Amino acid sequence: MIGTMASRVDEAWRRLADVPDPEVPAISVVDLGIVRALAEADDGAIEVTLTPTYSGCPATEVIEASVRDALAPLGPVRTRLQRAPAWTTDWISDDGRRKLRDYGIAPPGRCAGGAQPVRVMSRVPCPRCGSERTERLSAFGATACKSLHRCIDCREPFEHFKAI
Amino acid sequence: MVASIALKPDAHTRYVLRLADTCLVWSHRLSEWCGHAPVLEEDIALANQALDLLGQARALLTHAGRLEGQGFDEDQLAYLRDERDYLNVTLAELPNALVAGARGDFALTVLRNFFLSAWMLALWRALERSSDAELAAIAGKAAKESRYHREHAADWVVRLGDGTDESHRRMSAALDRLWPCTSELFDADEVDAAAAATGLGPAWDALREGWLADVQAVLAEATLPLPPAPAWRGDAKRGRHSEHLGPLLAVMQVLPRSYPGGVW
Repeated sequence: MIGTMASRVDEAWRRLADVPDPEVPAISVVDLGIVRALAEADDGAIEVTLTPTYSGCPATEVIEASVRDALAPLGPVRTRLQRAPAWTTDWISDDGRRKLRDYGIAPPGRCAGGAQPVRVMSRVPCPRCGSERTERLSAFGATACKSLHRCIDCREPFEHFKAI
Repeated sequence: MVASIALKPDAHTRYVLRLADTCLVWSHRLSEWCGHAPVLEEDIALANQALDLLGQARALLTHAGRLEGQGFDEDQLAYLRDERDYLNVTLAELPNALVAGARGDFALTVLRNFFLSAWMLALWRALERSSDAELAAIAGKAAKESRYHREHAADWVVRLGDGTDESHRRMSAALDRLWPCTSELFDADEVDAAAAATGLGPAWDALREGWLADVQAVLAEATLPLPPAPAWRGDAKRGRHSEHLGPLLAVMQVLPRSYPGGVW
């Protein structure tokens, strides 16, 4: 065991900020908003509450394992999966959105107050040149969380993190 | 080979299993398209949707296992139950092809996806208020996924229905094939009565009106006339299946039954 209660939890948050999402390694699991809570239990274990992005996301088990590995030096770790409230892309941090754009993935728009109709997703701004003259190529992408688009101005294809 | 397991599900567990098995069997049918869809984008779309449905099925089966009380996990429920213990709707188990032995029919696939995802969306939204907190949590997440599946499928129904003469003809054939199976989605029995009474979820017949309005609008845009109410009523959700579920389960279950406990 190292440190006091508050500093162990703070240290745990710092460590998780360096744990990348396995499918979008540009951002961390903290940026993604899937770490819902971090606390020290009565028995001294660090308890991490995680929420899945999509029901079928195959990265969920990998994320749990990476979180446990990252926190192992701090002592015993327990992870807990919490489904409700359901994850929304609104929980992706501003920093996370900037990192996504820098990586070439158009970040999701805000969906608080109701998700956008799928057909509206044809006007996602290009993450490279910023043009709004873009078109959707495919409603589904390489992972459940993304769709494929193309910029009509700079002609580059790009991925978009779907707002849910 | 591993022996089958036998369940003693009460009404609550059966309500959850009907959903779980519909997600699992439908997911399996969609996964059969992997590597065979007409265009790459749809290959990815169908596989993505299959994955979402599989995730929903896993959560529901795990929950059903806990409710049932004999300690069965998601894998045992998926791989070791016999056909009669599967409670999915008939619509989910029909083959992707219109004619026996033929390759998958894309018109039938997108129309089934539309019918089922529009229905699931309405069901998930109602289940977000379920008295069963775990089911409500699963529904909250799944509703977001079904919404996207429904919109994508509806786009295809319109595009093919209001497309060329050939695509319209094929959508009409798919409609003739699938329409009789839709009555089972709104046929309430004692499982529904118990669910409605305890606040577990809606009796399925309560969803008919909303679903029909949704379907009517999309079929109208697709220039496909709405058929009259079906006279036939499927009974798969009570364990009496079409001839198609058995072969599907044989494919799905052969590995875990032949190599018990095998992992990779």
